[in-house]
Amino acid sequence: MATTSVMGGSIRRREDPALIQGYGEYVDDLTRTGLLHVAFLRSTVARAKITRLDTSAAKEMPGVIAVYTHEDVAHLGPLLAQVPIGKLRPLLAAGEVNHVGEAVAMVMAETRYQAQDALDGIEVDYDILPAVIDLKKAASDETKVHDELESNVIHTWTYHGYWAALGLEDQTPQVDAAMERDDAVVVSLEMTNQRLIPVAIEPRSVLAEYNPGYGCFTVHSSTQVPHALGGAIATTFGMRSTEVRVIAPEVGGGFGSKLNVYNDEILVSFAAKALGRPVKWTETRREAAGSTIHGRGWIGTASLVGTKDGQFLGYKLDAIADMGAYTQNFTVAIPLLGLWIASGQYKMPISWTVACVVTNTMTTDAYRGAGRPEAIYYLERVIDAYAREIGMDPFEVRKKNFWQPDEFPATMGCGFSLDSGNYAAAVDKLIEVSDYAGMRDRQEKARAEGRLVGIGVGSYVEVCGFGPAVLAEIGFSWTNYGLPASFNGSGLVRVNPDATVTVVIGTGPTGQGHETTWAQIVGDGLGVPVDDIRVLHGDTREHPMGIGTFGSRSISVDGTATFEATKKVREKAAKIAAHLLEASAEDIVFGDGAAHVAGSPEKSVTWKAIAKSAYQAHTSPEDVDSGLEAHTAFSPGNATWPFGTHLAMVEVDPDTGDVKILEYHTVDDCGNVISPMIVNGQIQGGIAQGIGQAMFEDAIYDQEGNMLTGSLMDYTLPTAADLPSFDLHRTVTPSPINPMGVKGIGEAGTIGSAHTMVNAVVDAVAPLGVKHIDMPLRPKRVWEAMQEARA
Amino acid sequence: MFLRPEPKGVFMNVSMTVNGRSVSADVEPRTLLVHLIRENLHLTGTHVGCETGYCGACTVHLDGKPVKSCTMLAVQAEGANIMTIEGLANNGELHPVQEGFWERHGLQCGFCTPGMIMAAAALLQDNNNPSEEEIRHGIEGNLCRCTGYHNIVRAVEYAGAKMRGEEPAAPDWEEVS
Repeated sequence: MATTSVMGGSIRRREDPALIQGYGEYVDDLTRTGLLHVAFLRSTVARAKITRLDTSAAKEMPGVIAVYTHEDVAHLGPLLAQVPIGKLRPLLAAGEVNHVGEAVAMVMAETRYQAQDALDGIEVDYDILPAVIDLKKAASDETKVHDELESNVIHTWTYHGYWAALGLEDQTPQVDAAMERDDAVVVSLEMTNQRLIPVAIEPRSVLAEYNPGYGCFTVHSSTQVPHALGGAIATTFGMRSTEVRVIAPEVGGGFGSKLNVYNDEILVSFAAKALGRPVKWTETRREAAGSTIHGRGWIGTASLVGTKDGQFLGYKLDAIADMGAYTQNFTVAIPLLGLWIASGQYKMPISWTVACVVTNTMTTDAYRGAGRPEAIYYLERVIDAYAREIGMDPFEVRKKNFWQPDEFPATMGCGFSLDSGNYAAAVDKLIEVSDYAGMRDRQEKARAEGRLVGIGVGSYVEVCGFGPAVLAEIGFSWTNYGLPASFNGSGLVRVNPDATVTVVIGTGPTGQGHETTWAQIVGDGLGVPVDDIRVLHGDTREHPMGIGTFGSRSISVDGTATFEATKKVREKAAKIAAHLLEASAEDIVFGDGAAHVAGSPEKSVTWKAIAKSAYQAHTSPEDVDSGLEAHTAFSPGNATWPFGTHLAMVEVDPDTGDVKILEYHTVDDCGNVISPMIVNGQIQGGIAQGIGQAMFEDAIYDQEGNMLTGSLMDYTLPTAADLPSFDLHRTVTPSPINPMGVKGIGEAGTIGSAHTMVNAVVDAVAPLGVKHIDMPLRPKRVWEAMQEARA
Repeated sequence: MFLRPEPKGVFMNVSMTVNGRSVSADVEPRTLLVHLIRENLHLTGTHVGCETGYCGACTVHLDGKPVKSCTMLAVQAEGANIMTIEGLANNGELHPVQEGFWERHGLQCGFCTPGMIMAAAALLQDNNNPSEEEIRHGIEGNLCRCTGYHNIVRAVEYAGAKMRGEEPAAPDWEEVS
């Protein structure tokens, strides 16, 4: 069993004093002498040949220093991608455009306003071609998006065939045979998991400088992956990694949208070098809708087959996923993350096919959950419909089919093993803390009064903490960015001569509170106050490579590396303390800022004395090197598999279709918890994004490919007034794959909530005969579903 | 061509008080108030998140009332008394709303936080004992993508209690047993 020794409590965040007083430093806050500002001319049409592109007038406009088009940057090649299946994105449009918002030209000017003004001086003629937007039409190849690709379907993921080397069994015949059984109940739903725009509140921003004397780039970017960006810049420009320094300062939210390397980051770097001046670009919200990745965008049919008494016999998904026009970082690999949790918390045969299709839209990629919310949504929605069909309680039907605690590690049909779990325990706790029986009573009373009150249950399991080295063999690899093919985590712990501690980590936060959590890990391990610990992150020149923050991986991978590095430092410090105390190193224990001899608390030496001694060779033990620091890399043997079950109670207005959320309860299990405060914060934010998808958000293209939801006036994010307070609880099932027993929690809330909400709303209107409503459940859609059912 | 003369255009002089100091700047008539604050006055705690007045990251106080400085021209603030997030703490002592955000984990990435704090401070100035619903409606002009608002509401409740001289409710997260 994993240790719980580092599990601290909820301390106030180290990050906050600067952020609550307006002193946090985000990229757009930075300025430089001679700074140039960038504006991009972006395509206003979805698919066209560019027949004329004239920048001459723009070049003469006030303050304009340069205007670039494809010819200026063609030698740099296309934007690199980790999984380069499909068509890679040209840095600037190469004679054609393939989605609204594609960068066509780039202006550098003395001021932000002048750069923007100069866009009006660029003339473009487009020979417009029919846009491919509808997913089914795209999959039929009726019109091809890219002439050079054989098909719009650029890849197809299947449950057994995603990685031939595993030799997995195709379970489709089992599922099909189950469907033919006399006692089979088969429930199918055709559902859309709509396209979303991530909308980190901080727009992306990049500031690049090139010093020809040093031959080095310094690039500040609002990114989740500074090392990947540094690698991409070095690879693109044929430089060595030490010649490119990328810094991610405060990053104002990411949710996967800043996990990509973007063409603008490469272009701004190029301009800085070519023009010999610092160059900055900050995305506007409107252009973000066409220049920062989108998420989700699936259509598909999910079918569950089971017996009349609730035994699952198999699950089938046949879906199409929208890739957008160009492939970026993970794009095509996103559905694969869903594939690994296709069976959710349940033991049954799976048949799962997702076709990856290109369209004339912005690229899709990792948005909070990335493939996993989609996979869980299809599964859990159809389970809900099946439970209703056989008249079984939604908790009961789930519990009947869960993997049992003694079956872990549980190997699934996809070849991966669930590390640990006690799924029924989480459900039992949820039933208790929510007073589920009381909720059903209240629902019954409300229904008797003619009110439409619904209760929705939704379970999930997540795959996260990427990741095991095996991912590189499947094709997840950073080698295209000039980095090693690994998902290592890293941590460096240094006790300074004044006994303060510097912790340098390979991932950085976009709000997750790394500076606090990592200080807790190290503070606990060394017995020093967290106030004496400073956690540094996000600077590729100084910091060990750690890939980045995504896929709920930081704590289980880089956190573990830091935990192990702390242990090494403690062992060395024990030798020094033993020398100073004339004791044996094995007898040294740490706490309260000092080292003691076990059993003789009066024999102690402070960290200050240990640190000082460590840096003066003449007072250190002879067999101990000077200095007091250690670095550890960690590569986990498996992903981690958090899980939980959510429960929502809603009321639908029978006249308007407006949905009010009455209650929201959860039991989530992410293994051992270091800071309950931070973990709850992650879950709350995650739930809000899941509810956002279920109720409000929808990235809409019309059939000509125009983006209809390009500003926050049209793309509806949940506000404080739209959401309730959340009632959060947890169970703790430690992960056996890392010494702290931790799992990730960054995405769980999102993966658990969208289907829970839809299950609740459908439950509310089920008495009218409604079986399904596609997200987002805005009043109009709910009202129409009710009208249709009543008719 | 790598060098250009200084930009020429129509400039207007504006004067106002910002965080208790008299300031004056030459700006184009179209300059947004938020750009004056960030780029001329170098007060970068006021953020730009959407340019349409929807996200509220740019919220400042103008003559004591919260306004969205991305949808207001700098010249419209002539003679006004403006307070930004940098001016909210008093001689190093945090405003109760700032304290509440810190104590109740009311922020994650921190980008919406200055605007959210300014909006909440204005709300409590008018009513220091708001219900949860009043808090939620009071800050609905400010978007946060990280917190789900749960802890922002707790932070504002904390600040309200402090301003009323009462002991704030304990945090609602379950500590590790």
